[in-house]
Amino acid sequence: MNRIGKMFEALKEKKEKALVGFVTAGDPNISDSLRIITAMCDAGVDILELGVPFSDPTADGPVIQRSSGRALAGGVNLKAVLEMTHNIREKTEIPIILFSYYNPILRYGNEAFYRDARAAGADGVLVVDLPHEESDEMTDCWTEPPEEGLSLIRLIAPTTPPERMAQIAESASGFLYLVSKTGVTGSDGLDTGKIRQHTESLRAVSSLPICVGFGISTPEDVAAIASVADGVVIGSAFERLIEENLDHPDLVSIIAEKVRVSKEATKMPL
Amino acid sequence: MNKFEAKMYPDSKGHFGPYGGRYVGETLMPALLELDAAYHDIAQDPGFQREFHELLHHYAGRPTPLFHAKRLSSHLRGAKVYLKREDLAHTGAHKINNTLGQALLAGWMGKKKVIAETGAGQHGVATATVAALFGMECRIFMGTEDIRRQAANVQRMKLLGAEVFPVESGTGTLKDAMNEAMRYWVGAVQDTFYVIGSVAGPHPYPAMVRDFQKVIGEEAREQILKEAGNLPDMLIACVGGGSNAMGLFYPFVDDPVGMVGVEAAGKGIETGKHAATLSTGSVGVLHGSKSYMLQDEDGQIQEAHSISAGLDYPGVGPEHSLLKDLERARYVAIDDKQALDAFRKLCVLEGIIPALESSHAIAQAMIEAPRRSPSEIIVVNLSGRGDKDLGIVDV
Repeated sequence: MNRIGKMFEALKEKKEKALVGFVTAGDPNISDSLRIITAMCDAGVDILELGVPFSDPTADGPVIQRSSGRALAGGVNLKAVLEMTHNIREKTEIPIILFSYYNPILRYGNEAFYRDARAAGADGVLVVDLPHEESDEMTDCWTEPPEEGLSLIRLIAPTTPPERMAQIAESASGFLYLVSKTGVTGSDGLDTGKIRQHTESLRAVSSLPICVGFGISTPEDVAAIASVADGVVIGSAFERLIEENLDHPDLVSIIAEKVRVSKEATKMPL
Repeated sequence: MNKFEAKMYPDSKGHFGPYGGRYVGETLMPALLELDAAYHDIAQDPGFQREFHELLHHYAGRPTPLFHAKRLSSHLRGAKVYLKREDLAHTGAHKINNTLGQALLAGWMGKKKVIAETGAGQHGVATATVAALFGMECRIFMGTEDIRRQAANVQRMKLLGAEVFPVESGTGTLKDAMNEAMRYWVGAVQDTFYVIGSVAGPHPYPAMVRDFQKVIGEEAREQILKEAGNLPDMLIACVGGGSNAMGLFYPFVDDPVGMVGVEAAGKGIETGKHAATLSTGSVGVLHGSKSYMLQDEDGQIQEAHSISAGLDYPGVGPEHSLLKDLERARYVAIDDKQALDAFRKLCVLEGIIPALESSHAIAQAMIEAPRRSPSEIIVVNLSGRGDKDLGIVDV
């Protein structure tokens, strides 16, 4: 079992839900990004999602678009993200998932990517624009079973019908990422009733842990989602804080504090 | 030359050999599968096809003429040049063929709202036009740079009742408009039909847009056979995303007819400021499909440059990538200056003001015709009229 599987087992023991924290790797620059990520891990993030910056992030709202733009302006590429992954792995055992659009991976080379991602200590990959119909070309060269090596995290959307949920779940590993609503990352308006419904349909076809993301920001949001899912993903809210405090001397501790209050909200009342 | 088995592509998942496919977020996948099924239905439905062809005839003004450009031909002292006059179609470009088809399909699927991206504004105008015709709500995404350089088309879209959304990101051109349209669609996918304007995007768009545009080649083939008694020797069309070229080429793919796609060399290939995707690019994934594109070594998409907003795009339709690899079509590049020269030539020699996009194809004809004998025939797709470009060209 890789670190993702172990993490969900450990959380189950502790009766907590996973706090999955997303940041764009290298935003605002590599060294500050590493300080932010280290602080996030120390402050209670259970699973780290490292965003690989891309020039045309069509699934992302303005906040993550700008964070991607800042990282790209600093020259961050997939190779740099893998080096960052290696660097983070030396300090922590928390699961690391690389969150990318397909083109940077395709350009890097699917085999080289698999080899280097494993060597760097990554545990999973989520490729936003690679549905299961197209993903064999990426995973054909993966040599280990996904539960041991690299897990392929797949997205389930509110628009995904039940029979398709089952198809997707069949080839997924690690956990399922349920998109909370139709829209790009960081959109407003969380409908907990609908999310509960989608979670239930998903549980009917898969035993994988379910993490819910897109537009989750406040501790109240986190608590509401934690009551129905196995994990809560926060991305744009962290990136918004980074952006608002780019020149603030306490940037790192501001993010860490956000992690702490979010993590508290994942702990279920007994 | 490899024989191109036209009817083989795409496969059921939208692959044109190694290209095409569906590379989108999961939120859009069910909508694309639904669209694919609906498109499959209407492609076989005689009622739909009849209505589509009636609209092409009575509303868009088809068939468009195939005009023997005699003064241009004699000026070039070579092959006979014929112009397929898509500029005479309603709204002034070939784009209306596709938007009529997609709007009819949207209605068939019960969708009342349409969105579109636009570069030169021709696809935006054509979408706004059919939205007005069918009483649909219409939003057009257009880059701020294109809004500036194609202002006349912005006014037309507004007059037609569409809402124009300026897109500031990137270079404010077609790629950025398409990014934003896709983002909007992710949030509105349940009741909104996305009218993609080129043979690009995820399956089924490349095949569907080709099929709505193939009327260009079907007419041209029939017209030249009637007029000259034989097939042309060469077809020439400009390629941004590649819809007018695919529309002209497709009905000829099994014929012994040469095909030349003309990309924009912008300020010159050597300057790096161009849109010559097939001539200089490499394989990647952008806007939902795999194809050639302009990208750096890290897989970041590069900015394209062309005087013509409609060709100013760093990607290209996947079927063109296949035609290139099979060597069934040849792809070349014409720079801004050559296109402007051709633009002026056509104005004074034939009394036709071509779009800057189409002027790239004319410029290539001016290179090809003198190399050929007067018994040979070149058909150039005059994909649009140039009124929209009068603010760009110094008169």
